[in-house]
Amino acid sequence: MSVFMGEPGTKAPLSLEELEASTNLRTGRKHVLSILVENKSGVLTRIAGLFARRGFNIDTLTVGPTEDMQVSRVTLTVDGALHPIDQVTKQLHKLVNVLKIRDLEPGDTVARELALFKVNADGAQRGELMQIAEIFRGKVVDVTKRAVIIEVTGTTEKIEAFETMVRPFGLIEMMRTGEIAISRGRSET
Amino acid sequence: MRAVDALMECLKAEGVDVVFGLPGGANLPTYDAFVSGGIRHILVRHEAGGGHAAEGYAKATGKVGVAFATSGPGATNLVTPITDAMMDSVPCVFITGQVRTELLGTDGFQEADTIGITMPIVKHSFMIQHPNEIPRAIHEAFHIARSGRPGPVLVDIPQDLSRAEIDYEPVTDLRLPGYQPKIDGNQKQIRQAAKALASAQRPVIYAGGGVVNANAAAELTEFATSDRFPVTCTLMGLGAFPATVEGAGGREGGREPNPQWLGMLGMHGTRPANYAMDEADLICAVGARFDDRITGKLSEFAPRAKFIHIDVDPAEISKNVPAHIPIVGDAKNVLAKLVIEYRAIGADPARLDAWWSRIDGWKAKYPLLYDDSADSEIKPQYMIQALYEATGGEAIITSDVGQHQMWTAQYYDFPAPRRWINSGGLGTMGFGLPAAMGAAVGEPERVVCCVAGDGSVQMNAQELATCAQNNIPIKVFIMNNGYLGMVRQWQELFWDGKYSHVDMGEFPDFVKLAEAYGVTGMRFTDKTTLVEDMKRAIATDGPVLVDVRVTREENTYPMIPAGSAARDMVGPQVHDQERVG
Repeated sequence: MSVFMGEPGTKAPLSLEELEASTNLRTGRKHVLSILVENKSGVLTRIAGLFARRGFNIDTLTVGPTEDMQVSRVTLTVDGALHPIDQVTKQLHKLVNVLKIRDLEPGDTVARELALFKVNADGAQRGELMQIAEIFRGKVVDVTKRAVIIEVTGTTEKIEAFETMVRPFGLIEMMRTGEIAISRGRSET
Repeated sequence: MRAVDALMECLKAEGVDVVFGLPGGANLPTYDAFVSGGIRHILVRHEAGGGHAAEGYAKATGKVGVAFATSGPGATNLVTPITDAMMDSVPCVFITGQVRTELLGTDGFQEADTIGITMPIVKHSFMIQHPNEIPRAIHEAFHIARSGRPGPVLVDIPQDLSRAEIDYEPVTDLRLPGYQPKIDGNQKQIRQAAKALASAQRPVIYAGGGVVNANAAAELTEFATSDRFPVTCTLMGLGAFPATVEGAGGREGGREPNPQWLGMLGMHGTRPANYAMDEADLICAVGARFDDRITGKLSEFAPRAKFIHIDVDPAEISKNVPAHIPIVGDAKNVLAKLVIEYRAIGADPARLDAWWSRIDGWKAKYPLLYDDSADSEIKPQYMIQALYEATGGEAIITSDVGQHQMWTAQYYDFPAPRRWINSGGLGTMGFGLPAAMGAAVGEPERVVCCVAGDGSVQMNAQELATCAQNNIPIKVFIMNNGYLGMVRQWQELFWDGKYSHVDMGEFPDFVKLAEAYGVTGMRFTDKTTLVEDMKRAIATDGPVLVDVRVTREENTYPMIPAGSAARDMVGPQVHDQERVG
């Protein structure tokens, strides 16, 4: 990378390759951040805005109520190689409405997401599709003459594996919730 | 009582003695409350002027500055001062009017999504949704603005809610479960820092605006003088360590250079400061954030050093430069503890002899200097030295942004904190004049001067009317070279000397402009009488605007070219022949 990159003081033209080099670094371990926030208007905007302006990229995001009415939980996943996770959590902590942040260790965490798959299923294929769904503990929640909708719950890896299996049948549509995660054992997430 | 009357009570309870602002449709109820609210309000001519005045007030006094604006354009005009306050950690509360709740989201007249627009630039903000929320929001806003790492907080109040009747009861508790700044500093880390300092052979203290914000200048000085630690400050930290000390020296007021002071560091810092950072084995950063204007080329910044980093904002620690000993806490608390720990070790000051002889060598070889004129022409650097002489170094000095700002930072030897008020992080042209206005309102006993650029001053010159109307006696010295000088310098040095839209010409006639505003106007062109002329301007009652004509094309040196390392500083020419050995 040029030492002058981004400096107004140099007239050296900047090549596109140079400019794009810094954006091709996504390789790191996935981090699941579990964030407790005060249930106040604009909290999600503050979090999303913080990620956007600091250049952190959110991979998945879920928001929902907790056992406490005043408190919501945001679960989001980020690429740890691209962004120093330490800096991400420190910046999040500066938001006044953020109560607690945990960077969940994959080994100590139960993580799930829910996905709905709408798949082509003309007569002959339907049986095979049902078998695959069963292997993945999926549920058929809607059947029509030409398509079925299958609900699958599990880790991101399981859902991605299921997607690979059903894609050849003709995947019409897929929807995923993004992961929620809870720590194992007695202690609170 | 009406919510707006409760608002006045809350402001008084927070110790607010002045508000800068401008009324409009959406805050008519609020302005009605000012009539008998018992709080001084200064009517500004543009909301940006009000916002910067609040910043100037806050920086001069250490108290929270307050500015009001109406909805829509009033609020959007505050965007620059809010960002400025965020970048420089200035405690300010901004209270904006909003359209009636029934109009929210309908693109109503003068509606803007103030909360949305300002979300990235505030420390926190409150959108009032029920009139009962107002008192608590105001108190929480002040608490957040002034505690931890200070910053701007915005409260947006829809017009109908502000005139609602509420049962007002003073708020005695705050409910901010997610906001608990750590201010004490970990004792173990502090002890480790003391040990590292005691064994360092080439230590440097690098102090920033956080020391000023924490009112920790006395603690910094005690720490630095508990041994013979060399001290450098950032642009924002100037005054946190006295550049001059009592002595027999030849300067006005009988002061002489502080032997432990290296000068400012960074892009236009001194060579001794930058070279010391380059060769240091231990750098103790206090309330500073390793900005790119300090580090230059990051990979070659202070290559031999380990870092102690003291900051109240944990997100600053290891953001740009990894800290070996991080200490999260308020500079005042941490430095007081650090001195005790350091003294307990009883380090041998003689171990720093070799380091000091190296530093003193640089100081002797590379003082700040410029080619002075042989005739009556005023060199810009001389203008700042003359201002120091005319004020005895005792004034509060504000500045705009550009060459004049750097020269003021270099040549006005600030002896104390809260005397130097400028826009460092955001670099806001037009900051200086309204900031001086706010500082003068906050510190009426002290001389307040603004060193302005002829380009910058025009960005908020309308506040001269505010100064005239309220007899706010600021003395504005325009360093007039007819250019956007810093941009011209970069075009000269790095863009083949092709000047593109930097020539401002001789417009306006600043003396006439001053007179039109009801302000005393003067023009100085002669170096030989400049100090006396400046004294005369300062002694003049009321606000004064002075057009000081300086050398048109003069460059700010020394300088670390963008993307270079500190040891590769350039200029002025007399120094370029020699390289650091």
